[in-house]
Amino acid sequence: MDLDIALILTQDGITTGAVYALLAIALVLVFAVTRVIFIPQGEYVAYGALTMAMLQQGKVPGTLWLLVAMGVFAALLDGVRAMRGGPRVGLAASLGWTVAYPLALAALLYAMPATQSIIVQAALTLAILVPLGPLMYRLAYQPVAEGSVLVLLIVSVAIHVSMVGLGLLFFGAEGSRTPAFSDAQFSVGALTISGQQVWVVVASAALIVGLWLFFDRSLYGKALRATAINRNGARLMGFSPVFAGKLTFVLAAFIGVLSGILIAPLTTIYYDTGFLIGLKGFVAAIIGGLASYPIAAAGALLVGVLESFSSFWASAYKEVFVFTLIIPVLVWRSLTSHHIEEDE
Amino acid sequence: MRMTKLAAVLSTLALFSSQAALADITVGVSLSTTGPAASLGIPEKNVFAMLPTKIAGENVKYIVLDDATDPSAASKNARKLVSEDKVDVLVGSASTPASVAIAEVAFESKTPQVAISPVNLPPEKSAWVFRTPQNNTLMAGALVEHMKASGVKSVGFIGFSDVYGEDWLNAITPLLASAGIKLGAVERYARNDTSVSGQVLKLVASKPDAILVVGSGSPAALPQTGLVERGFKGQIYQTHAAVNQAFLSVAGKAAEGVIMPVGPVVVAKQIPDSHPSKKLGIEFVQKYEEKYGAGSFVSFAGHAYDAYHLIEAAVPVALKKAKPGTPEFRKALRDAMETNKEVVATHGVYNMTPTDHFGLDQRGRVLIRVEGGAYKLLAK
Repeated sequence: MDLDIALILTQDGITTGAVYALLAIALVLVFAVTRVIFIPQGEYVAYGALTMAMLQQGKVPGTLWLLVAMGVFAALLDGVRAMRGGPRVGLAASLGWTVAYPLALAALLYAMPATQSIIVQAALTLAILVPLGPLMYRLAYQPVAEGSVLVLLIVSVAIHVSMVGLGLLFFGAEGSRTPAFSDAQFSVGALTISGQQVWVVVASAALIVGLWLFFDRSLYGKALRATAINRNGARLMGFSPVFAGKLTFVLAAFIGVLSGILIAPLTTIYYDTGFLIGLKGFVAAIIGGLASYPIAAAGALLVGVLESFSSFWASAYKEVFVFTLIIPVLVWRSLTSHHIEEDE
Repeated sequence: MRMTKLAAVLSTLALFSSQAALADITVGVSLSTTGPAASLGIPEKNVFAMLPTKIAGENVKYIVLDDATDPSAASKNARKLVSEDKVDVLVGSASTPASVAIAEVAFESKTPQVAISPVNLPPEKSAWVFRTPQNNTLMAGALVEHMKASGVKSVGFIGFSDVYGEDWLNAITPLLASAGIKLGAVERYARNDTSVSGQVLKLVASKPDAILVVGSGSPAALPQTGLVERGFKGQIYQTHAAVNQAFLSVAGKAAEGVIMPVGPVVVAKQIPDSHPSKKLGIEFVQKYEEKYGAGSFVSFAGHAYDAYHLIEAAVPVALKKAKPGTPEFRKALRDAMETNKEVVATHGVYNMTPTDHFGLDQRGRVLIRVEGGAYKLLAK
């Protein structure tokens, strides 16, 4: 192994690490605000990449119908609750989001010509998939929001399994790869950096800075942080935990889908790729103790680089290296941090 | 009153089911239509929807189950098919581990099994199991012949870190050794890996004359594009599992010039007219694509169809000895499959023997090269 190879491997590791970093941040965010260990995070990556690929092939992606179905179901739940004397405030707005929006989007997709610029396709992909986040919270997590972490985890596993199954139905068993955002190539010594890799790293960095600004400067971001620290306290201050949950899931879905769109040109994505990517993001999130954003992001880069180097040295044991990393991390964390009993 | 009604319903049901079991030949199929091998299992399942429902004048019933590429689910399916549905023959599965699980049940229940994957078993367990795909040694032999003829001296290997990759490595290592070709770097990757840069770097750095990629369908495209991007100039070989439309569309330009061994059905139109599988192959591809869309045919569908051919050829022989639904019929079916000679199918001609339950010979393989985004038969 010489310096050139080490540099190429590091470059590769940073590119994949950037995506893991985004997922790790989303996982930390969701856990902090809602106490959900969000296993389906990776599925958003796969759905994002494959929906984009289907749009590029001029097909209407099946995820659109998932959005419509989930919207109608959520509207039914809200409607039944209102009829039973529940709150009627905001029912019209909620109907607009759950029923009118998906149908309008479907009409738009059918009316539009099949060939679009890559930016329009990316925007459509986000428009279809991001609303799945809050709808998922509404349908699956909101009814058990006060449950224990274990109950929420079990719900996550159930959603993960159903999303993988639906993915197979929507996209088929074979993988897809989309054309790159830019064909630019930069040569730095032995390194060849593709435009797409720059896109991934820059977009990840921009998103991380954006999230930091959101949490540090905006009122909603502060409210989310408050909810993460003390749910009841935030509620007493007039910030609805249901709204906090939905907002968190919007962000998580957005991060996941964007990661999918970004890496789709770099590798082949299958309907079940998401789980493994999500798990690696999870390893990074664990390194950050499911609490610290910067440590999780750094951990993600570590996971990416470790993965890339171990695939060079011992490709048969690559995953073993990555997932074994979690053991020393857990030992170290349990030695250095105080254990707080979690009573539900 | 209610009890008598219930009894009447139950006895009618029992009557119907026992009639069905006596009169019909039942084929129990367990395929991996979900899970990692879904890209193999789905086209195979498609085939069972278009098969004739009569063989030698007898009704045939196909019961198709999904084993989710999970050996324990496959085992459960096989047990259910054997004990509840009293099947005469088991078919499946698409993936090798699941096929091994079914073979266990086939052996215990003395039911013949036609596996649609090249599963290797110890000889005593193999008696009831017949396979339709070419075994990897046959395919590897074609590649090594080509390597030798084109003067390749060293080969790099990158394959799936599962049974398929392992089987290929075991099949090709002795063949390479006896041809005097050096096997250099041996690398592994997983089906849904997002990057193989590390493995590709190592392979290219070891400067082999040729590289063999062992993967299936679109996942086989990742090392292919990686090697081409990294500037590897030697010959790249792929295996027969990679041959499908998804591989071509994902690998795109990077696939140009790659050489693969396949069953003749994949290039049915290009093989010489004298090939026994030509007519059958063209007809089948046409029928399949009429039903499932142009370009949808993959060689796995051919393997499933060949399973039907093996059964179709064995049934008339077995019917002379026993009635369907009985242990005697299953035994007769097994014996017929083993002794039938020159059974023409889409992937070649089967001649099973007591020691060889793969049955395909040189007629079951051809080499193809990807040219202009299509498969082109390589002249001998």
